Amino acid sequence: MYALKDLPKEELFTSGHRLCAGCAHPISVRMVTKVLRGPTVIVSTTGCLEVSSSIYPHTAWKVPWVHIAFENGAAVASGIEAAFKAFKRKGIIDKNVDIIAICGDGGTYDIGIQAISGALERKHDFVYICHDNEAYMNTGIQRSGATPKGAATTTSPAGKKIPGKPEWKKDFIGICIAHGIEYAATATPAYWGDYLMKIRKAIEVDGPAVINVLTPCPLGWRYEPKDTIKISRLAVLTRYFPLYEYERGRYKLTIKVPKPLPVEEFLKIQGRFRHLFNPEFKKELDEVKYYVEENWNRILKLCGEA
Amino acid sequence: MSKVIGLSGNEAAAYAAKQSKVDVVAAYPITPQTIIVERFSEYVANGEVETEFICVESEHSAMSACIGASLAGARVFTATCSQGLALMHEMLYIASGLRLPIVMAVANRALSAPINIHCDHSDMMGSRDCGWIQVFCENVQEVYDWIIQAFKLSEDLNVLLPMAVNFDGFTISHAMEDIKVLEDEEVEAFLSTRKVKYKLDPNEPMTFGALMLPDYYFEAKRQQEEAMKKAYEKYIDVVKEYEKLSGRAYNYLHEFMLEDAEAAIICLGSTTGLVRQVAKKLRGEGKKVGVLKPWLFRPFPSKEVLKALENIKSLAVLDRAISFGAPFGPLCSDIMATFFSEGKIIPIFNVIYGLGGREITPKEIEEIFNLALKTAKRGKVEEKVKFIGVRE
Repeated sequence: MYALKDLPKEELFTSGHRLCAGCAHPISVRMVTKVLRGPTVIVSTTGCLEVSSSIYPHTAWKVPWVHIAFENGAAVASGIEAAFKAFKRKGIIDKNVDIIAICGDGGTYDIGIQAISGALERKHDFVYICHDNEAYMNTGIQRSGATPKGAATTTSPAGKKIPGKPEWKKDFIGICIAHGIEYAATATPAYWGDYLMKIRKAIEVDGPAVINVLTPCPLGWRYEPKDTIKISRLAVLTRYFPLYEYERGRYKLTIKVPKPLPVEEFLKIQGRFRHLFNPEFKKELDEVKYYVEENWNRILKLCGEA
Repeated sequence: MSKVIGLSGNEAAAYAAKQSKVDVVAAYPITPQTIIVERFSEYVANGEVETEFICVESEHSAMSACIGASLAGARVFTATCSQGLALMHEMLYIASGLRLPIVMAVANRALSAPINIHCDHSDMMGSRDCGWIQVFCENVQEVYDWIIQAFKLSEDLNVLLPMAVNFDGFTISHAMEDIKVLEDEEVEAFLSTRKVKYKLDPNEPMTFGALMLPDYYFEAKRQQEEAMKKAYEKYIDVVKEYEKLSGRAYNYLHEFMLEDAEAAIICLGSTTGLVRQVAKKLRGEGKKVGVLKPWLFRPFPSKEVLKALENIKSLAVLDRAISFGAPFGPLCSDIMATFFSEGKIIPIFNVIYGLGGREITPKEIEEIFNLALKTAKRGKVEEKVKFIGVRE
């Protein structure tokens, strides 16, 4: 566990970036940079974080950082890791360099899944952090494989016949764990102690580790910027987004929610679910509630809590 | 001291990469390039190299991993062709845009559809404008020599551009030849280790691949073009230095019987050898023909091409690729632009040949020479683009 006073004061992700007010990405990145183990290189793929933090001739990054394409953060991290390994073998460097890839859900759940799968299978030593804001936000709020059922996006709009995205969200963490990796976890910035612990654990794993971070987006989810942390917390307290970790075959629920709030508490303060509260879409709202319960029970079972 | 060993084009590429002491190889097998990856895997398995070898899951990831490794300061090698090169396409631009001296062997092969595993130059021509230095090899010896020279040229701090070494699929990739190879120490002395000015270094944090909006992007691209000009200048230093070491002389172009030639053929790659043979035969018959082979294709050696062909009265340009809907094939378009921009107007015609591995015969080459001679006499082109060896 971390205490606030133990964290370094130095900011490796500086102010002056151009991310939106209330965006969860810089909050997440600051948390990542507070628990680095030592020399670190960060890779980012195309998305809000990259376009807002590296507008030439400015940069918000005080760690070696590279932006690459939309879909290949994991593959580029593989190459960097290989280079450092070769340098070590040749005696050019003697220090370990940690490699962290920070990518969005579009580049992760969808177009990047092949590169991630390849890198996980090859067991490169790096941390993959997915900033999951449940849609392609950088291009203007389109659905992704991370978009939950019922959410309205510009490519899964809430119409008269189809109320938002008809499909469920992919189980990205499940996909990663199926690769036989040592460590995977979910997180959200509201539970910062939990998140920091998971980042550091992931870094310390010898081999690939994955963290899926729920990063609310005021613009895409349509809520007040001040509510980002509140919504992050509601996602957990309503059991919408269970916080758990997987470590060498064992699952653990890291934040227990014995008395959940109704899912509606999480849904109703966001514009993207507003239509679900129209009487004609009661069935769909019930489906979302059913999914949340089923998913929670599934995770509880995995964690040996059911 | 050099020694002679028998190697195929693919093996020569792998062997040259091994002697170049590459730090990282990331590659995905594809016919006819596969053997490069296989041979290199053997070097790794036998502990003959200190290279980190990543057997990636796709060519897209191969180039991505090469980019990551090169950014970290490593000397990086990969190989591909055809669909694999097409899959890399996006990342080829990122490699050159980030100014990473990655060296890639390309065993040129046709593109789908219809699927075909044999040689033509459609793959690399599709990536013609991606900001890579490109050479085309005629035989296995050249593959070996060019891989080594490529590291020297691309890693030059004034250049810093990735480089593709092209050689014809199967014709060169699978043909075994006796080639002269250098001693390991000689290659090591020629290349030394890669010197790096900018890299992902925790001691000196830098931002790479920043977002450049309309206020800066253009300047970055202009600098890439300047780097191409530097590559053009450095190229000659590299080949001269390599000549001292190996005794094998490369230049921008290989000129054959051009001094007094009336008509000439210009083409790339393995076909050139056959074209020279036919030219020799026709010379025996008193026909004044010559052959020009550019080694360097990007940056294009316009000045040297013009000089080599200054007395030519007619020229046939052989393209082993189609630029669909364009007035000419890719090489011919460059030649046309080269001549026209200097106000030199001579009859030039384009010959499209050999797609998907279709053989070109000595008889067909003789026909092309004869047509070029006829064109020289008449002073006018009959047919701007001719397809040779295709059933019409």
